[in-house]
Amino acid sequence: MLKFDNVTKIYEGGKKAVDKMNLEVEKGEFIVFIGPSGCGKTTTMKMINRLIEPSEGTIYINGEDIMKKDPVKLRRSIGYVIQQIGLFPHMTIRDNIALVPKLLKWPESERRARAEELLKLVHLPPEYLDRYPHELSGGQQQRIGVLRALAADPPLILMDEPFGALDPITRDSLQEEFKNLQQSLGKTIVFVTHDMDEAIQLADRIVIMRDGKLVQVGTPDEILRNPANDFVEEFIGKERLVQARPNIQTVEQIMNPAPVTISVDKSLSQAIELMKQRRVDTLLVVDDQQILQGYVDVEMIDQKRKKSYQVGEVMETEMYTVKKDTLLRHTVRRILKRGMKYVPVVDNDHRLAGIVTRANLVDVVYDSIWGEENPEMTGQQEG
Amino acid sequence: METLKELWTYYGQNGWYVWEEFYKHFLMCAYGVMFAAVIAIPVGIIIARYSRLSTWVLTLANIIQTIPALAMLALLMLVMGLGANTVVFSLFLYSLLPIIKNTYTGIRNVDNALLQSGRGMGMTKFQLLWMVELPLSLSVIMAGLRTALVVAIGIATVGTFIGGGGLGDIIVRGTNATNGTAIILAGAIPTALMAVIADILMGWLEKLLTPIKRKNLKHAEDPAS
Repeated sequence: MLKFDNVTKIYEGGKKAVDKMNLEVEKGEFIVFIGPSGCGKTTTMKMINRLIEPSEGTIYINGEDIMKKDPVKLRRSIGYVIQQIGLFPHMTIRDNIALVPKLLKWPESERRARAEELLKLVHLPPEYLDRYPHELSGGQQQRIGVLRALAADPPLILMDEPFGALDPITRDSLQEEFKNLQQSLGKTIVFVTHDMDEAIQLADRIVIMRDGKLVQVGTPDEILRNPANDFVEEFIGKERLVQARPNIQTVEQIMNPAPVTISVDKSLSQAIELMKQRRVDTLLVVDDQQILQGYVDVEMIDQKRKKSYQVGEVMETEMYTVKKDTLLRHTVRRILKRGMKYVPVVDNDHRLAGIVTRANLVDVVYDSIWGEENPEMTGQQEG
Repeated sequence: METLKELWTYYGQNGWYVWEEFYKHFLMCAYGVMFAAVIAIPVGIIIARYSRLSTWVLTLANIIQTIPALAMLALLMLVMGLGANTVVFSLFLYSLLPIIKNTYTGIRNVDNALLQSGRGMGMTKFQLLWMVELPLSLSVIMAGLRTALVVAIGIATVGTFIGGGGLGDIIVRGTNATNGTAIILAGAIPTALMAVIADILMGWLEKLLTPIKRKNLKHAEDPAS
């Protein structure tokens, strides 16, 4: 799909930004360039759509030398998202999204349809099409920024720290949303960041750069397990290396497989009884097929016990869950970052499979500190 | 009180004449500014692109601006002779600076991130100018035209000395007459009025062309997800 062949970029004044780089990117691959500032990652990315032209070497897209193409046409066939978002403030969201199709002279009706279709991908209501960018929040704006890059359905998208200017929570949810989107659309993505968490979460392969050279290229797992040298190790950070311990991979391995549950039709007094018995403050609510419906905690029961009778009436249905095969490191990060007490684990049919609590995390950390003398996990639900 | 009554009588007797001069005065200003815009906006765009030129061009325009109106008219008269055309040309020269300067500032102030994303999406230089830079700097350019027009309305009164006509004719007649206060006012008031109206109208136009529209305030209050 994309191939760098001995690519070098020397800026005026003799600064070597990229030095004899060789890299091949497969179709549908999510590749993340990471490194300290000034390492040449942005230069590398901008050479792909010829915003910067390489001094030596060749870049091929689908076997074609990009220097032999018209730069304007080349850029229209590559999606581009920047950190500052760069939505045009004088155009509506619709016009912003459909800008590249307009440059490509699609008929008006097709452009409108395309904008509506794309907006659905990020779950924004169609009224947004007629608004102006400043009427949207930062997270919404960057969603539109991503849609704009997708508009003409380019196979390759370049993203220059697209989530860097967003607050951590928005960034987190946008990353997840975007990763899903990428997987369902099968786009090849070249992504630049300096945030290791982001790289680990999103990348199929991470390219670590330093002073214009590739230091290590590999999947997040490979890099976490076998950092090539001290620089990589330091760049990754010790705590992430701990999280990448090889014997614990997925949530399923550490979760407590028997969380305390209650079914929808039970009464509140039965619920509180069960809590007292099992010494927990939260119950997960399931139906008769073990499908997760929501949760009740002691506070909710206390507030509503006069008015309601059944668990189904008071339970909260909005809750964050993870799949069984989610990588542990993502979950750990979320529990710690969002300050959650626990995360229910479900299978593909949303059937409750277990629960990860802070107590489980203690086990993981305990294990990594005290070695593996006692590999057996004793999960407890502290809810 | 006496003066006011005289003024009233003057308008009563010469209403049509005052209107004619008013119209002529306005036309001279409008032509001057319009011709200037035709030249100055492209010049402003060019010097925004090639910033090395900007110092030279802006200095030149500044120098033109410092020449006193009377001197300018006298000089131009030597070349172009008497009449309204000479006045229009001098107004053209005076209008260059504000328009060039505002066009230049307007285009230079377009957010670099927008230019970058525009270029990255595959806009040609012309598309970038036409779809991004010009729309975003339009209100600043309009502000330049506004300044130019208001200044021109003032300067055009001097045009009477080289036979350009306009409201200056009435004012000068007043200064020459004994007890001509009323006649001076008869010329000065419409001039001031024209300047004020032009300023308000152009200000309104400027606001209309502001790129960032606040269409529906209700929308902005929606909870951000």
